[in-house]
Amino acid sequence: AIVADFHKKIKDAFEVFDHESNNTVDVREIGTIIRSLGCCPTEGELHDLIAEVEEEEPTGFIRYEKFLPVMTKVLLERKYRPIPEDVLLRAFEVLDTAKHGFLTKEELIKYMTEEGEPFSQEEMEEMLSAAIDPESNSINYKEYITMMVIDEN
Amino acid sequence: MGSSTSAPHRFAFQNAEHAFKAAALIQRWYRRYMARLEMRRRCTWSIFQSIEYAGQQDQVKLHDFFSYLVDHFTPRNHNERDFLNRMFTEERFAQDSEMEKSSDFESIEVPDSYTGPRLSFPLLPDQATALVEAFRLKQQLHARYVLNLLYETRKHLAQLPNINRVSTCYSEEITVCGDLHGQLDDLIFIFYKNGLPSPERAYVFNGDFVDRGKESVEILMVLFAFMLVYPKEFHLNRGNHEDHMVNLRYGFTKEVLHKYKTHGKKILRTLQDVFCWLPLATLVDEKVLVLHGGISDRTDLEFLAKLDRHKIVSTLRCKMRKESTKQEEEKKTANQPSSAQEPTPWFLPQSRSLPSTPFHLRPDKAHRAGRSCSIPCPGALDRQELSRHARRSVDLELERCRQQAGFPGIKESEEPSPLASGPDPESGELLEPTQEEWRQVVDILWSDPMAQEGCKANTVRGGGCYFGPDVTEQLLERYSLQLLIRSHECKPEGYEFCHNRKVLTIFSASNYYEVGSNRGAYVKLGPSLTPHIVQYQANKGTHLLTMRQRISRVEESALRALRKKLFAHSSDLLDEFKKHDADKTGIISLSDWAAAVESVLHLGLPWRMLRPQLVNSSTDNMLEYKTWLESLAKEQLSRENIQSSLLEKLYRNRSNLETIFRIIDSDHSGFISLDEFRQTWKLFSSHMNIDISDNCICDLARSIDFNKDGQIDINEFLEAFRLVEQSCSEGRDSACPQSTDTSDGGPSSPDPH
Repeated sequence: AIVADFHKKIKDAFEVFDHESNNTVDVREIGTIIRSLGCCPTEGELHDLIAEVEEEEPTGFIRYEKFLPVMTKVLLERKYRPIPEDVLLRAFEVLDTAKHGFLTKEELIKYMTEEGEPFSQEEMEEMLSAAIDPESNSINYKEYITMMVIDEN
Repeated sequence: MGSSTSAPHRFAFQNAEHAFKAAALIQRWYRRYMARLEMRRRCTWSIFQSIEYAGQQDQVKLHDFFSYLVDHFTPRNHNERDFLNRMFTEERFAQDSEMEKSSDFESIEVPDSYTGPRLSFPLLPDQATALVEAFRLKQQLHARYVLNLLYETRKHLAQLPNINRVSTCYSEEITVCGDLHGQLDDLIFIFYKNGLPSPERAYVFNGDFVDRGKESVEILMVLFAFMLVYPKEFHLNRGNHEDHMVNLRYGFTKEVLHKYKTHGKKILRTLQDVFCWLPLATLVDEKVLVLHGGISDRTDLEFLAKLDRHKIVSTLRCKMRKESTKQEEEKKTANQPSSAQEPTPWFLPQSRSLPSTPFHLRPDKAHRAGRSCSIPCPGALDRQELSRHARRSVDLELERCRQQAGFPGIKESEEPSPLASGPDPESGELLEPTQEEWRQVVDILWSDPMAQEGCKANTVRGGGCYFGPDVTEQLLERYSLQLLIRSHECKPEGYEFCHNRKVLTIFSASNYYEVGSNRGAYVKLGPSLTPHIVQYQANKGTHLLTMRQRISRVEESALRALRKKLFAHSSDLLDEFKKHDADKTGIISLSDWAAAVESVLHLGLPWRMLRPQLVNSSTDNMLEYKTWLESLAKEQLSRENIQSSLLEKLYRNRSNLETIFRIIDSDHSGFISLDEFRQTWKLFSSHMNIDISDNCICDLARSIDFNKDGQIDINEFLEAFRLVEQSCSEGRDSACPQSTDTSDGGPSSPDPH
């Protein structure tokens, strides 16, 4: 029964991006689909997943028949769990070496575009538009997290 | 030496590692957040689109409704007969001669107090510019100038070919704009950003200028004015909304009647004619074809170029005009059973029996469509044979109805051809388009591209077809073209390429569904005809919002619309839920909820993804469905003693109601008599399965402030209906509709009859 439920959830999410109604989606949308189903993989983990669901000769499209079993397994094994608020907060605190309670715009840009799995310019700009307080040119990360979490719920 | 890292180095190394990990964590979290936002955006988009297209299907259903009436409603007296008669045919004088009457507008006086723009003909460029400015300042053009402008426009359009051929050697580049849908702000923005039309700056506007937005009239005035001023550089194509039947439903008719209370009808009549004269397509440098909807595998440009486009009054149906008595007599004497030579009345329920009408393709009938499609045909059907056979049985049925109704002698046919007496302009006889002509035009005004190969009926819209990249390739090759530019579909970015960049969709109405929903765009073609796209979003406010806020706003709007729709189907939903609740526990699983909702609404939406925003009150993946329906009702209703099932049915059919009323009010007087009102309700309720007694209707009519000569103002009625929901809480009991249903379950538990 749980599996049936998962199947329906996966189907729904898949169909949102199945523009031609032929049970395929563009591979570039797979990340969105997987994440909207509650998973929080890294880019690396995402690439591995894509490799699993891709055709032997990559066509740029992912078929539902291949996606469903892989995704079901992911959900059953509860892989790629989302990040709790406090862990996220600690991550910011690590970057905030001077322990100010905020990061400057420059610091945020530097970390997000040079460390970890770097942001694209678009991703960076979008994050800045919501996160940075234009007056202080910095991000109060505690407030930011709270705001984002509320917004999600 | 330094083979082993000293303490500070190790510390630094660990720090770096921590920073790396921390950054990675934040990025991972952020990407998930953005993905969920994207999902919400897509879902929101689906909601709006599905509701929009469902509306278009409704239009088709309305046509079925009228067919149903003819089948099942036998008028009992001459009043009813006249009433039906009036609904289905239209009083029309000799079209051309009426249009030639310039006394139409010359007799209209413009008071000195009028401060709006004044036009004189022939129009000069600065007058057109002045119009734009005046409209920007929210002025309204006087009816006299509107009619004068329309009269001149018609004269100009009538000499244009069906496919306008345009060259870019004089103006250096040409700008093509898509749907505007009454959004004047977008038009003004385009002129501001791209420049006003001029001999050096050519424009093509690709249809759908009107409906939905609130300034359709103003847009038309501006477009027509520039077309008159720069006839060689300024071009218009007809869209599927340049159609009086569609306008009845989507707001343009209403806008005109509201803005021009005295002369609105005349303006609408004139517009009906002007729309028919709009060219069907524009060909740029013999290489780029611009048309509103799309193509089909049957599209024949030579055929399209030759037909009389003026005959196609509405793409929703082949309309028949009332014949003069002279023709009637001639037909009666020339009466034969094999009357295969006469025009087909539009309201006949032939759709049910004939395979060739594109608008009534249900899945089982789709295979019989007279077009090649990817759905296999069940054996070799001789289409002609089938339709002839079907027609014969319809003939008999119809003859019976006609006799009872006392309709004029009408006969059906395969293909109309000129009557024996020939076209006679003096008696007002006008030829009808052939089935093929009609279909060709419908195809180019209604079709949408699809990614799969082939060509199949467009059942979502109810008209035209879906065409694949192979169809595009075929057409482009056949006519040595390099690009097809079309509009008709709203796109988030205002434009979209498909079919290997051989088809470009351009849509110029930004924020079409809601503020922040999409950008608008226009495309410029230079001498090499490479497209260069410019995007915009007319509302400045949205730029300041983050994507998150923009999506939230649009989402809210979509969800509100969706909840309204859900409420409108409360009874059906309750029935469906009960099916999943065999043990009558009052609880169903969320999975069942999703399945039930889809089977009732048929919107094809991802319900499980939308569920968190539609259902707040679930625990353990289970839902108390009655409570949920009640909470939906609470949102929509405001007062205790409203009989929610009646209201819900009316609500669901609200836009249909309005359209029906407007069709009945065929002289656009804005009034219908109590008798007509009663009859309308009877017809309506028999089709919609609403049980309303005569008394009830009278009460309803009475409560709507109708004490002026037994007439009801359509607008008043609809307004009253809207106010009923709000103002009942103010205690105006007389305004509440009473139904004959005696069960009193209270406001919030919709009781199915």
